[in-house]
Amino acid sequence: MKAVSISVNGVEHSTDVEPRTLLVHFLRERLNLTGTHVGCDTSNCGACTVWLDGNAVKSCTILAVQADGHEVTTIEGIADGGDMHPMQRAFHEQHGLQCGYCTPGMVMTAIKLLEANPQPTEAEIRAGLEGNLCRCTGYQNIVAAVTAAAEGVPA
Amino acid sequence: MAITTETSKGMGNAVLRKEDAEFLTGQGRYVDDIKLPGMLHMAIVRSPHAHATIDSIDGSRARSIAGVVAVLAADDLEFAAGVPCASNPTGQVRQPERPQLAKGKVRHAGEPVAVVVAADRYAARDAADAVEVTYTPLPAAIGVEAAMAADAPLIHDDYPDNTCVVIKNVTDGVDEAFEKADVVVKQTIHNQRLVPCAIEPRGVVANWIDASDELTVYTSTQIPHFVRTFLAICCNVSEAKVRVIAPDVGGGFGSKLNCYAEEFIAAAVSHKLGAPIKWIEERTEAMTATIHGRAQDAHMELAATKDGKVLGMRAHYVQDCGSYLQLLTPTIAHLTLFMAPGAYDIQAVDITVTEVFTNTVPTDAYRGAGRPEATHAIERMMDILAMELGMSRTEVRRRNFITSFPYATATGLSYDSGDYPKTLDKLLELSDDKETFERRRGEARARGKLLGRGLSTYVEICGLAPSAVTHAIGLTPGGWETSTVRVHPTGKVTVITGTSPHGQGHATSWSQIVESELGIPFDDVEVISGDTAFAPYGLGTYGSRSLAVGGTAVYRAAGQVREKARLVAAHMLEASPDDLEYADGTFTVKGSPDKSKPIGEVAFRAWQGFDLPEGLDPGLDETVFHDPPNFTFPFGAHGCEVEIDAETGQIEIKDYIAVDDCGRVVNPMIVDGQVHGGVAQSIGQAVYEGAIYSDEGTLLNGSLVNYLVPSAGEIPHIETHRTETPSPSNPMGVKGIGEAGTIAATAAVVGAVCDALGVRDMDMPMQPERVWRAMREGGAA
Repeated sequence: MKAVSISVNGVEHSTDVEPRTLLVHFLRERLNLTGTHVGCDTSNCGACTVWLDGNAVKSCTILAVQADGHEVTTIEGIADGGDMHPMQRAFHEQHGLQCGYCTPGMVMTAIKLLEANPQPTEAEIRAGLEGNLCRCTGYQNIVAAVTAAAEGVPA
Repeated sequence: MAITTETSKGMGNAVLRKEDAEFLTGQGRYVDDIKLPGMLHMAIVRSPHAHATIDSIDGSRARSIAGVVAVLAADDLEFAAGVPCASNPTGQVRQPERPQLAKGKVRHAGEPVAVVVAADRYAARDAADAVEVTYTPLPAAIGVEAAMAADAPLIHDDYPDNTCVVIKNVTDGVDEAFEKADVVVKQTIHNQRLVPCAIEPRGVVANWIDASDELTVYTSTQIPHFVRTFLAICCNVSEAKVRVIAPDVGGGFGSKLNCYAEEFIAAAVSHKLGAPIKWIEERTEAMTATIHGRAQDAHMELAATKDGKVLGMRAHYVQDCGSYLQLLTPTIAHLTLFMAPGAYDIQAVDITVTEVFTNTVPTDAYRGAGRPEATHAIERMMDILAMELGMSRTEVRRRNFITSFPYATATGLSYDSGDYPKTLDKLLELSDDKETFERRRGEARARGKLLGRGLSTYVEICGLAPSAVTHAIGLTPGGWETSTVRVHPTGKVTVITGTSPHGQGHATSWSQIVESELGIPFDDVEVISGDTAFAPYGLGTYGSRSLAVGGTAVYRAAGQVREKARLVAAHMLEASPDDLEYADGTFTVKGSPDKSKPIGEVAFRAWQGFDLPEGLDPGLDETVFHDPPNFTFPFGAHGCEVEIDAETGQIEIKDYIAVDDCGRVVNPMIVDGQVHGGVAQSIGQAVYEGAIYSDEGTLLNGSLVNYLVPSAGEIPHIETHRTETPSPSNPMGVKGIGEAGTIAATAAVVGAVCDALGVRDMDMPMQPERVWRAMREGGAA
C-alpha cells in the first residue's frame, strides 16, 4: 500500500492505496464519485475523462499514486453551487445526451476544448472530441452543445 | 439541482428532457455504481479457443490469491435450464442446449468456462487469469461457408449439417416472372458482422437473500421483466420473489435485449455464497461476451421489364447464428424475410432463409435487427437494376413504389400507411440538381477527389407486435405493453411504464402524452420504468416499439383516468358527464364557466372516496395492457454525398440528408436525436466497423483500439427532415424512429461510393484499402 494525498473537487483525501489502483477506480470506489465512468479498458472511449491539475485526462490511464499531490476535478465538481456549468446547460438545451453514459467525460473534455480554443469551428470541435466515443447521439447535438457554449463565452 | 424547463407542452413540442440533470451532474445510477453491504466481485474465465474440449479446470492457484473466496465451474452451480432462446419461427428450429458455464466443450472464443469470486475486482481479475484450464482444440467452423462445407466440423453433435433452421416464403408466379423478364440482375450482398458496443458494457449485481428466498438483480438490460421470468425458470425460484431492476442503462442497441449467462451465474453464485455478487463486463471481454449483429449474406435476383418494373424476386439469406442461440437469434433473419421486398410492389417472391451455426459469438438483435439487412439488399439491388437498365436510380424506384395502403406484401405483412414518393420528392428538393452536381463533380475530379451520390428509400417495421403475430411467428412472449397512470391526492401523476428506456427519453415523451391527454402539466408527471416491482409486466424497449405500443398504453391509461375523473367531476358539479368540457386540467359545465372543478380537486375527492357516483370505485389509477392490432411501418428517403480521395481511397461523407416519416411526432428534438444516432451507427457499418475473425476463431479486432467505433471526426453533419403520415395502427398515429437511421443509411453510403467509383457494388466496411483496390480493380463483381 502506498500513502497518497489527492485533492478531489477541492477536498483533500489522504489515504493508502494499492499502487496499481487506477485513478478512475480510486474516484469511483474509494470516494464514491461514480459520475466518472468506465467504457473501455484501452483508453479509447473517454468516458473516464477528469481534470488533473486543470488538464483533461483519461483517469483509466493514470494510477492513483500518480495523482498524489495533485488536484483532480470530476463531473461532480464543476457546477457552481446549485447552478450547472454553462457546458452542462448547453448539453441539456441542445439535447447533447441520450443514455448519459459518455456524458460526464464528454462534458469534461468539451470544457477544456473551449478553454484552449474559445471560438472553434465545427471541424475543430469534432477533432477535439475524437478521444470521446458516444454511441447514441451521432455527435451532432454534442457538437451543437459545444458550439452553443462557445457562443456564450466572451471571445 | 433541478433543471427548469421552459413552458412545457404536450405532444408535438420539442420539450427538453427531464432525464438530463442527473446524467449531466454525475448522478446517474448505472449498475457499476451500485454497492451493497458485503458485496463480492465476480470475474469470468473465458475460452480462448473457438472449438475445444475442456480437459481440466484447476482453480488451486487462483484460490491461493489473497481475497479470493471461490472458484466455480459448471459442476458447482445448478441451473434448471440453460440460457434461453424464445424464438422458433418454423417450429423446427434446432435449439441446442446452452449451459451457463461450458460443460466439457466450448464452441466460441469468449464462452464462459469458470468464475472466480473475490473481495475486490482486482483480486477477481488476477484470480481469473490464474485459473488453469486445459483444452484440446478441435477444428473450428468460422463463417457460414466453412460451416456449410461438406467436411465441416460439427458444432452440435445432433445437428449434422450445422443448420439451425430453414425458413421459406414462396409465392406463385416467380418462375413465370423470371421467364418473361427483359432483364435479370443477380448479386450477392454482404452484411458484415458487427459488435454493438454500447458505451456502458454490461453488468450485473445479484443479491439472493437465503432466509426469504428473495432474489434482487440489477442488470444493464432493455428487458427487465423477461430477465425476471427466465431467472425464475433457470434458477428455480418463484417469479414472485424475483425483482429485476434496470437502473440507468448506458445504451443498448439490441445488445441488452437478451438474457445472458452472466445474469444467471451471478444469481446462482449469490445463492451459493450467501453474498451479493457484482460482475462488470470489461470492454475487451464484451467484444466476445455480448452478442454480435448482422453477419448475413444475401444472394439476390431481380427480374424486371426493360422499363424498370420489377416482376419477381429470388432471395436467399444466409444468416450466421454463431455457436448458440441467444434470446431471439432465429427471428432476426426472419425479419429480413418479412421486409425483403422493401418499399416496392413485388408480389412474386421466392425467399429462403438459411440459418447456420458457426464457432463464433452468437448473433442477435442489433439496432434494426434484420431490417437493415433487408433494406441494404433490396436498395442495392434497385441501384444495380438501374445501372443495368441505364435508368436513373430514382426513376427505377418510382416505378416500383407501393402507392396504395394498406398494402398486403408477398411476405404476409400489411403495410399500414405511407407516401413513399413524397419523401423521395422532398429529398430531391433538398439536394443539388443533376447539372449542379455534375459541375461540382468535374471540379472535384480536377483536385483528385471523386464525388458520388447515393440514396435509400426504405420502409421498416416497428411497433412489435400484435400478440397473435408474435405467436404465429414462433416467439414465446406476446407483443403488448403495459402502463399505469396514477393521479395522487395532490394532483401529481405517476406513470409506470413497462418500457425500459436507455437513452430514448421516455420520461419526457410519456409526460408529454399525459399532459396532452390528461391535462396535467408535464412537470407534475413522474415516470417509473425498469423495475419489475412496479410495473405489472413490461416487454421492454427494442424494435422501435416503445412509443407505438408502450406510449399508446400511456395514452389509453391517461384517457381512462380522464374519463373516470369526468364522472367524479360531473357528480361533484351535479351535471351530466356529457355536459362537461375538459381543458387545461379543469372540468367545466358547458355554458357555465363558474361551475368547474380542477383535476386536483377531483383526484382528492376520488382519494377521499365519499360521495362518488353510484357504483364507482375510489381512486384515479388506471392500468392498460395494450396489444396493438398491427405493426407500424415508418419509411423515408435518405441521401448522401461522398468525396473519395483518388489516391488513398479515404472516404469523406460530405453531406447527409435524412427525410423520415415516423407518423405523428411527440417530440421532434428526440426524433432528430434518434435519427442522428441511427445514421451514425449505420455509417459506422458502411465505412468503419466489422468484426474480423481468424480462421481459427480468434476475434482479431477485439477491443476499441482496432474495432473502429466512429468518433465525432468520422461522422458528418446530418440534416433531418420529415413528412408526417399518421399510422392507423394506434390512436396517436405514431410509428417509431429508433432504428430508421440505421436501417436507411448503409445503402445510401454504399450507393454513393459506387456512384463515385463507377462500380456495381462494394462490400462493407469501405475502409480505404478496399476502396483503393476497387479504384483499381472495379469493386465487388
